[in-house]
Amino acid sequence: MKILVCISNVPDTTSKINFTDGDTKFDTNGVQFVINPNDEFGLTRAMWFKEKQGATVHIATVGEASVEPTMRKALAIGADEGIRVNALPTDGFFVAQQLAEVVKNGNYDLIIAGRESIDYNGGMVPGMLATLLDMNFVNTCIDLQIEGTNATAVREIDGGKETIATSLPLVIGGQKGLVEESDLRIPNMRGIMMARKKQLNVVEPVETNHGTTDVKFDKPAPKGAVKLVDTVDELVDLLHNEAKVL
Amino acid sequence: MSVLVYTESENGKFKKTAFEVASYAYEVAKQMGTTVTAVAINSDNPESLGTYGVAKVLHISDDSLSPFNAKAYAHAIEQAAQQEGAHIVVVGSSADSKFLAPIVAAKLSAGYAPNVVAAPENTNPLTVKRMAFSNKGFAHTQLNTDHKVIGVSKNAFGTVENKVDTAVEAFTPSLNDADFTTKSVEVDKVVGKATIADADIVVSGGRGLKGPENWGMLEELADVLGAATACSKPVSDMGWRSHSEHVGQTGKPVATNLYIAIGISGAIQHLAGVSASKTKVVINTDPEAPFFKAADYGIVGDAFEVVPQLTEKLKEFKAQNA
Ligand SMILES: Cc1cc2nc3c(=O)[nH]c(=O)nc-3n(C[C@H](O)[C@H](O)[C@H](O)COP(=O)(O)OP(=O)(O)OC[C@H]3O[C@@H](n4cnc5c(N)ncnc54)[C@H](O)[C@@H]3O)c2cc1C
Ligand SMILES: Nc1ncnc2c1ncn2[C@@H]1O[C@H](COP(=O)(O)O)[C@@H](O)[C@H]1O
Repeated sequence: MKILVCISNVPDTTSKINFTDGDTKFDTNGVQFVINPNDEFGLTRAMWFKEKQGATVHIATVGEASVEPTMRKALAIGADEGIRVNALPTDGFFVAQQLAEVVKNGNYDLIIAGRESIDYNGGMVPGMLATLLDMNFVNTCIDLQIEGTNATAVREIDGGKETIATSLPLVIGGQKGLVEESDLRIPNMRGIMMARKKQLNVVEPVETNHGTTDVKFDKPAPKGAVKLVDTVDELVDLLHNEAKVL
Repeated sequence: MSVLVYTESENGKFKKTAFEVASYAYEVAKQMGTTVTAVAINSDNPESLGTYGVAKVLHISDDSLSPFNAKAYAHAIEQAAQQEGAHIVVVGSSADSKFLAPIVAAKLSAGYAPNVVAAPENTNPLTVKRMAFSNKGFAHTQLNTDHKVIGVSKNAFGTVENKVDTAVEAFTPSLNDADFTTKSVEVDKVVGKATIADADIVVSGGRGLKGPENWGMLEELADVLGAATACSKPVSDMGWRSHSEHVGQTGKPVATNLYIAIGISGAIQHLAGVSASKTKVVINTDPEAPFFKAADYGIVGDAFEVVPQLTEKLKEFKAQNA
C-alpha cells in the first residue's frame, strides 16, 4: 500500500494573529510553524500502517521553501520521502489541483489529509482532491482500517458517529481520534538524523486557476469587559433580561 | 440563474440550519436580482421553506439517499445547479454540509468560501466575509470562478423570515452505482438529546471538575436548559468524557447562543473553538483564569457550589416562565 499524507504548514496553535501590508497578508513575524494538528494525527496513523502493514509513506506539501523544516519534521517522525510543490498555497482549489497531480504521478492507494487546516479553516482540500481524482472520500475520519483494498472508516457526525464501508483508492479528511493523543510522536535524534538524508523532491506547480482570493483580513472587535456577579440570581436575571438567551 | 441552496433535513424534518441557509440564500438572491431554489432531500414539508424566501423547491424523494451519502448528494446538487443554471450554491456548516461542499465545488469547478458570517459585501466580484484562523480573524474572500459555493457559518447570519410563494417540483437526479461506493453501515447517534452542533445552549466542563464522577451536576444543568454537554480537551484525553464532546480548535467548533464554561481555564486553543458563541458565561474559582477575559458574564466561585444553585434557580425560573 502506498500512502500519501498531505501536510499543511500552519502557525502553532498558540500564535497571535496579525496582518501586514494594509491588512492584505498574514504576518508571519515571530510565528512558529508546525504540522497542522489534523495532519499529525493522520501522519501517525500512516506510521501505524507502515509498521503493521508494510505501507510506504510519502508526504506532500504545497508551499515555498520555508515549509521544508515542517516537512523534515514529518520525515523525522517516519515518513519515507517528501514532495514539495513549489508554490504559495493561497487557495484550497489551487492546492487540491496541485496535489492531484502529485497523486497521479505517484500512484497512491490512500491519501491521508486533515479535516481542515487550522489557519484558513478551509476544510476543502481533501474533498476536492478526491473528486478531482475520482477516488472515494470520507471526511472527519476518526478511525480507519484497511484490509486488502477494503476500507472501513468511522466518521464523526453531528451528535455521534457513522461507520462507512468503502474501498481504495481512498482520500480521508482526518482528525483527532484517528490515533490517540498519546500515540503522537516527537521526533527523536535518530529520526532527525535520518530525515536529513531522506529525499525531499521539489516539483514545480502545474498551471491552474485559483478559486478564491483573500483580498483583506481583519480581527474581531475587542471584547467588552466581563460582568462579574456574586449570585446565581443575578446571573439568571442578566441572561434573561440583558443577553436574552433564556 | 437562481441561487441554489441545499436545505438539510433529518428524518423528514428540516434542521434549523436549513432555514438559516435559506435566509442567507434569499439575501444573496436579492442582491443579485434573482430568486432562490432549494434542493430538499426526503423532506416531509418542502413548502415550509417559503417562509424563508425559497421560491422553488426541487424535491427529491429517494430511499437510496437515506442515510446521508456525501457523494450522491453532491452529484444531485450538481445536477440541480446545472438544470437551474445556478452559479451560486449555498450550503451550511454541519458535518454533512462540510462533507459535501468541496465535492460539489470540485464538480462545478467552483471556488468555495466556507465559514461565511455575513451577507456578501460585493456581488461583482462576489466577496464574502468568513471566519478564519480559528475565530482569531476574518478573511474577505473574493470568488473568482464562474460557479461559486458558499458555506454559511452556523448562527452568524441568523434566520430571517421573507415569505414568498413556493412551487414544489419533484426532481429526480440521475444517480448510478458510482455514486454509492461509500456505504453507511452503522450510525451511532444520541437520540432525544441536544447535540453540540444543533443546541442553542452548550454546558461545558473542564479539568476543574476533578473527575468523571462529578459530571452529574453538569448534566442536570444541561437538562434544565435543554443544552448539549461538552468538555475541554484534557477531559476527553483522560477519558472522563467521550471524544465527541471535546470542543475547541482541535475538537468540535461551538457557535451557540449561550456557552457556559465550568472549571475551564480558557486556553487559547479552547477559546479559538468556542468564541463564535454569542454569550459566554464562566464559572471558575480562579479570578485570574484567562477565560474571564473572553467572557460576557462570570462567577468567581466553586463549581461544586455554584452549579447546583444555578440548576435550582433555573428550575424556578422555568416554572415561573412556563
Ligand atoms: C495543539 C494543541 C491543541 C489543543 N486543542 C485544544 C482544544 O481543541 N480544546 C481544548 O479545550 N484544549 C485544547 N488544547 C489544550 C489547552 O492548551 C489546555 O490545556 C486545555 O484547554 C485546558 O483544559 P482545562 O481548562 O479543562 O484545564 P485547566 O487548564 O487545568 O483548567 C482548569 C480550570 O478549572 C478551575 N477550577 C479548579 N477547581 C475548580 C472548581 N472547584 N470550580 C471551578 N473552577 C475550578 C481552575 O481555576 C482552572 O482555571 C490544545 C493544546 C494543544 C497543544
Ligand atoms: N498547502 C498544502 N499542502 C499540502 N496539503 C495541504 C495544504 N493545504 C491543505 N492541505 C491538506 O488539506 C487538509 C485540509 O486543509 P484545508 O482545506 O486547507 O483546510 C489539510 O489538513 C492538509 O492535509
